[in-house]
Amino acid sequence: MIEVISESKCIACNQCVSVCPTNVFERVVDGIPVIARQSDCQTCFMCELYCPVDALYVAPESESVIGVTESELSEQGFMGGYREKVGWGKGRKPVASHEYMYQLSKRSGF
Amino acid sequence: MAIQEQAQHLRTDVLVIGGGPAGTWAAVTAAAKGARVVLADKGYCGSSGATAPSGTGVWYVKPDERLREEAKASRYDLGGRLAEHRWMNRVLGRTYANMNQLAGWGYPFPLDDDGNQHRRSLQGPEYMRLMRKVVRKAGVTILDHSPALELLADEHGVGGAAGVNTQTGIPWTVEAGAVVIATGGCAFLSKALGCNVLTGDGYLMAAEAGANLSGMEFSNAYAICPTFSSVTKTAYYSYASFYYEDGTIVEGAGSKRGRSVIARNLMEGKQVYAVLDQAPEHLKPLLRVGQTNFFLPFDRRGIDPFTDPFPVTLRLEGTVRGTGGIRLADELCATDVPGLYAAGDAATRELICGGFTGGGSHNAAWAMSSGSFAGEGAAAYVKKLGADDGSRKLERKSTQPIVEEGKGSVKPSRAAEWVQAVQDEVKPYDRNLFRTGEVMTQSLNRLNGLWNDQREQAIEHTVDGVKAREAAAMTATARWMYTSALARTESRGMHKRSDFAGMDDNQHYRLITGGLDQLWVRPEQVRKEVVIH
Repeated sequence: MIEVISESKCIACNQCVSVCPTNVFERVVDGIPVIARQSDCQTCFMCELYCPVDALYVAPESESVIGVTESELSEQGFMGGYREKVGWGKGRKPVASHEYMYQLSKRSGF
Repeated sequence: MAIQEQAQHLRTDVLVIGGGPAGTWAAVTAAAKGARVVLADKGYCGSSGATAPSGTGVWYVKPDERLREEAKASRYDLGGRLAEHRWMNRVLGRTYANMNQLAGWGYPFPLDDDGNQHRRSLQGPEYMRLMRKVVRKAGVTILDHSPALELLADEHGVGGAAGVNTQTGIPWTVEAGAVVIATGGCAFLSKALGCNVLTGDGYLMAAEAGANLSGMEFSNAYAICPTFSSVTKTAYYSYASFYYEDGTIVEGAGSKRGRSVIARNLMEGKQVYAVLDQAPEHLKPLLRVGQTNFFLPFDRRGIDPFTDPFPVTLRLEGTVRGTGGIRLADELCATDVPGLYAAGDAATRELICGGFTGGGSHNAAWAMSSGSFAGEGAAAYVKKLGADDGSRKLERKSTQPIVEEGKGSVKPSRAAEWVQAVQDEVKPYDRNLFRTGEVMTQSLNRLNGLWNDQREQAIEHTVDGVKAREAAAMTATARWMYTSALARTESRGMHKRSDFAGMDDNQHYRLITGGLDQLWVRPEQVRKEVVIH
């Protein structure tokens, strides 16, 4: 489930509020959004992908809150890690066009 | 929160409910035919639904006679021979065209050895972000966070829908010449990846307007999934071995035919562990790129799924990976109600898959093809209908009264209890995966009681009201599911009866079901056809 909105990174663009399919976030006047309905999170990781400044972290656990901290996550390189792999963000190439996509399809049929 | 006077009222030619692949293709296609289109999504068009967070193969087959015949034959028997050649042909043709269109719109397909685009799969985030862009460019009005709560209709047929914006609290009404239901299937809030917006809403709304359903017995897909995670991507488990806690192998367990072995062990309280130790070394980096999200939960837990056994479960995906849905009455995805169309997982997929889908590729093909058929059908219907002079006297079709904020009768805790009660009937493997007449009858009786508890309850235009309405849709879906499953006294496709183990040639038909208070079910013959190439 969604666990972290980084106060230091968030630019209050509210993109996460817009894109979350299950309406987990809530806009805050003159502030950064908050996680208002955490238990509605379906652990789909879409908010992380759409966050332009890598300020969000979705823990893989879908049923329970783990309680991770931003500093731990930054150390492990997890903040923004998924967006990087998908190849979204300035100067990145989308993974959709990765040559391995074709190689995998050729060799395994996926 | 908004007051009633601020209600949003729109008039359009075609209203599309649902903004996943089927809905976006419907919207773009209807707009290309000259229709004014409004698209309402329960979440956000671009990130909502089962496709957006995933990667998926696509049933993309070059127009070569031999290749197409092989493609059609590949899952025909698995599906219990309920698919129809004319539909498979049309979907193969349309999918081929639509994938090429996606390339034209700029989807970044990978290149093959000769430098040509390899158009065999789609990455969900990329695909759906592009579809949103294309939908907007086509001049479609998008209503995000705007679940529909009910359809509107008069004696001529369906003429719109009403719902609420869950972020502003403002109710909306869209009057439309035709409505396309593209709300996805029903995964019963099981937290399968991206599926918690898929609660069967479209089935219920359509049935309330008089539509019928087909193949609802093919609604019990379960996906292999790490116990801690939401990522229900099953394809890679073809490289898995399955072990018990003590490291001994689980005989017969597998991702395709051995899923029932996993289920039986889990039922006996024996935890099963998977490890992808059959993946050849040279494929590992390719697999990591092929489905980035598959590895995400493992990376974040410090698990190497190629070497470290991890506990797995089977998570219910219901009709999302099942094949049942709203019955289609013609080739442009009309339902049995004038003005109402259905596409994607909301519609029956039996026409191309029969009673089984092996996952992504057919489903993705069906979504984009049926979406564009429905968009065409809806646009043509509106043209025939003529100009809307605003004189239609549309009635609200919800069984449950939909009321203003503060006037509802359902406490959030009550809706959560209903959801739990439905899940208790549909999730257990000994009820829904291994089916028997006796157990399903018990479940159906309790679900009927649950429906009676809910049917008079007033649902309000709020986030909590939407959840109460979802509970009703899940209850209705589960009732149609077991009603059909009880009527099919054989095993066919994914529908497995422990009390009727074999396939019965005399039941080589589809099952149509419907009704709200009193449910009914009847067989419909599969079209006898000469195979025309």
